[in-house]
Amino acid sequence: MSAVREFLVPFGQRKVAAFGLAFLVLVLVAALLAPWIAPYDPQQIDAIDRLAPPSAEHWFGTDHAGRDLFSRVIYGARMALLTGAGVVAIALIFGVLLGTLSAYFPTLGMVLMRIVDVLMGVPALLLALALVVILGKGLFNSMIAVGAIYVTTTARITYGLTRKIAAETYIEAVTSLGAGHWRIIRRHILPNLLSPLMVQATFIFAFAQLSAASLDFLGLGLPPDVPSWGNMIAETTRYITRAPGLLMFPGAAIILTVFSLNLVGDVLRDRLDPRFKDDLAK
Amino acid sequence: MSTPAERPLLAVESLQVGIRSARGTFLAIEEVGFALDEGEVLGLVGESGCGKSITALAVMGLLPQPVARITAGQVWFDGTDLAALTNEQMRHMRGDRLGMIFQEPMTSLNPVYRVGDQLVEALREHRPLGRGEAWREAVAMLDMVGIPAARDRASSYPHELSGGMRQRVMIAMALICRPKLLIADEPTTALDVSTQAQILDLLLSLKRELGMAILMITHDLGVVAEVADRVAVMYAGRIVETADVFELFRAPRHPYTDALLRSIPRLDSELDRLVTIEGTVASPLERPSGCSFRDRCPRARPRCAEAVPPLGELAPGHRARCYFPVEAPAPQAERV
Repeated sequence: MSAVREFLVPFGQRKVAAFGLAFLVLVLVAALLAPWIAPYDPQQIDAIDRLAPPSAEHWFGTDHAGRDLFSRVIYGARMALLTGAGVVAIALIFGVLLGTLSAYFPTLGMVLMRIVDVLMGVPALLLALALVVILGKGLFNSMIAVGAIYVTTTARITYGLTRKIAAETYIEAVTSLGAGHWRIIRRHILPNLLSPLMVQATFIFAFAQLSAASLDFLGLGLPPDVPSWGNMIAETTRYITRAPGLLMFPGAAIILTVFSLNLVGDVLRDRLDPRFKDDLAK
Repeated sequence: MSTPAERPLLAVESLQVGIRSARGTFLAIEEVGFALDEGEVLGLVGESGCGKSITALAVMGLLPQPVARITAGQVWFDGTDLAALTNEQMRHMRGDRLGMIFQEPMTSLNPVYRVGDQLVEALREHRPLGRGEAWREAVAMLDMVGIPAARDRASSYPHELSGGMRQRVMIAMALICRPKLLIADEPTTALDVSTQAQILDLLLSLKRELGMAILMITHDLGVVAEVADRVAVMYAGRIVETADVFELFRAPRHPYTDALLRSIPRLDSELDRLVTIEGTVASPLERPSGCSFRDRCPRARPRCAEAVPPLGELAPGHRARCYFPVEAPAPQAERV
C-alpha cells in the first residue's frame, strides 16, 4: 500500500502528469476490457450506415465499411499496448545486452558497435521494411521489425552510459573490494542505467506507435482487418474530407498515448533517481 | 613458509609499469621497490604524475588493462607474488586481504544503494554470511569508524552523507573483511582541513585496533608527518629517497626532497615569495638521460647525465638516489 502511495504522491503535485497517468490507465482499461466496454463488434459491417458522423448511437461515427469507430478505437488500444510493450521489451533486452557488453569488454565493443553504426545508417523504416519482407507480416514480426530499430539506439545509449558509469570511482571502489565483472554489471551498472533507460523506454514505446502505424499504413504491418490505430488511419486516407473523424479519433488516441507516456516517464525518472527522491516527497 | 615476523608484509621489488599511449609505450614507474611491515605506515609522497597512484594500482592489480601493465618486478604480499596471480586469484585478494580507499569520497559510493547494503556486499563477497548477520556486521563496522547512530545511518543513501562521513563509510567498506594492508590513495585531499585531521586520526586508531599496515599515498608532506612511520619520495616514476619519517624531515638528502621541504610555507620566516622548484616535471615520454631531476637540480653536474644514480644507503635505513646528496645537518640543528 505504501509503495503505491509513494508512487502516486508526485502525481498529486503535477497536474499534467496526473492527466497522463489517468489517460494511460484509461487506455489500459480499454485494452483489458474491450469486449465489455465496446458497444459494437469492431468488425461488424453496416453497409447502410457508412461514414456516419458522430452521434448518440455511434459516438465517434462509423468508417467506410460502417464499422463503429468508437469500438474500433477501444480495440485499437490492445494493439497499441501490445506493440509498444513488445517493441520496448525487444529493444531493451537486446540493446542493453549489446550496450553493456560492448562498453565493458572494449575489444568486443569495437566489433559490435561498428555493426550498430552500420544499422543506424540504414533509414529506420527501411530497416523495419526489410525485416518484414524477410520475416513476413504479423503482430510478432512487426514487433521484431520495429524493435530492431530501437535496439540500435538503445545499444548506443546504453554503451555511452555504461562507459561513463564504468569510469566512476565507485566502480573502481567495488573492484578494489573484489567484485567480479558479472556482479559489477548486474549490481552496479544496470541499476544506474535504470532511470535513463526508463525515460528511453517511454520514448521507444511512444515512437513504436508511430513506426508500427507507418508499417500498417504501408500495408506491411498488421493484417488490414485488425483494428489497430495505424490501420484505421491508413484506411481513412480516401475519406478524410468526408469524415475527418476517421483520422481525428485514432490520431488523437495515438497522440494522447504518446504524450501521456512521456509525462509519466518523466515522473518515473524522478522517482527512480534517489537524488530526486527527497525533493519530491516534501 | 617462514614466519611472518622475519619477512615484511609487503615487499615491492623493482616494479616496472608500462603504459601504451598514442605516442608509444612508456614506463610510468621504474625500479620501484619498498617494503612494509605489519602494522607499519609507509608514506609514498610525490607530485601529480610521479607514479605513486600507478604504484598503488599495480599492487592492487587494478591497472587499467590492457593499456597499463606490470612489465617487470614482483609484489610480494604475505609470501605471494601478486604480480604473478591471475585476475581471478587477484580478485579474491582484493577487499579480503588488501583494502583500498580513494581520493574522492563524494563519488566512491554507488548512489543507488544504501550505505549498509554496500558494506554488506563487500563483506559477503568474501565471507559466507547471511544478510541479517552481514547487516549487523556492517552496522558494527560503521560504528567502529565513528559514524554516529550507525544503525540508522546504515539505511542512508550516500547523497545524504557529508564528504567526511562518506570517507568514513569508504574506510568501513575497505576494512570490513579486516585486510592486512590498506592502501589509502590521497584519502584526505578532497576533504576540508578539520575533517582531514579526523580521518587521519581515525586511520591511525583503526591501524592500532586491527593491526593492519597502511600504504599512504599523498602529495601532502603534512599528512606524511602526521601518520607515517617511514617515507618514500617518488619523482618521475622512481623512488628517489626513503627514510624514517623523522630522519627525512630532519635531514633530507636528495635535492628534490630538500627542495620540497623548503617549499612548504612557514609561519616563522619572513619571505615575500613562496619558495618553488624551478622548471616542471619531465614528461615520461622525454625524460632526461641519467637522473630525471637533473634539469631542475641546483647541484647537477655532468656525471648526473651519464646514468641513473643508484638508491644508495647514506645512513642506516636512509637511502637516496643521488650522486651528490645534500649534506646531513648536525643533529642539533633541527629544521622541522
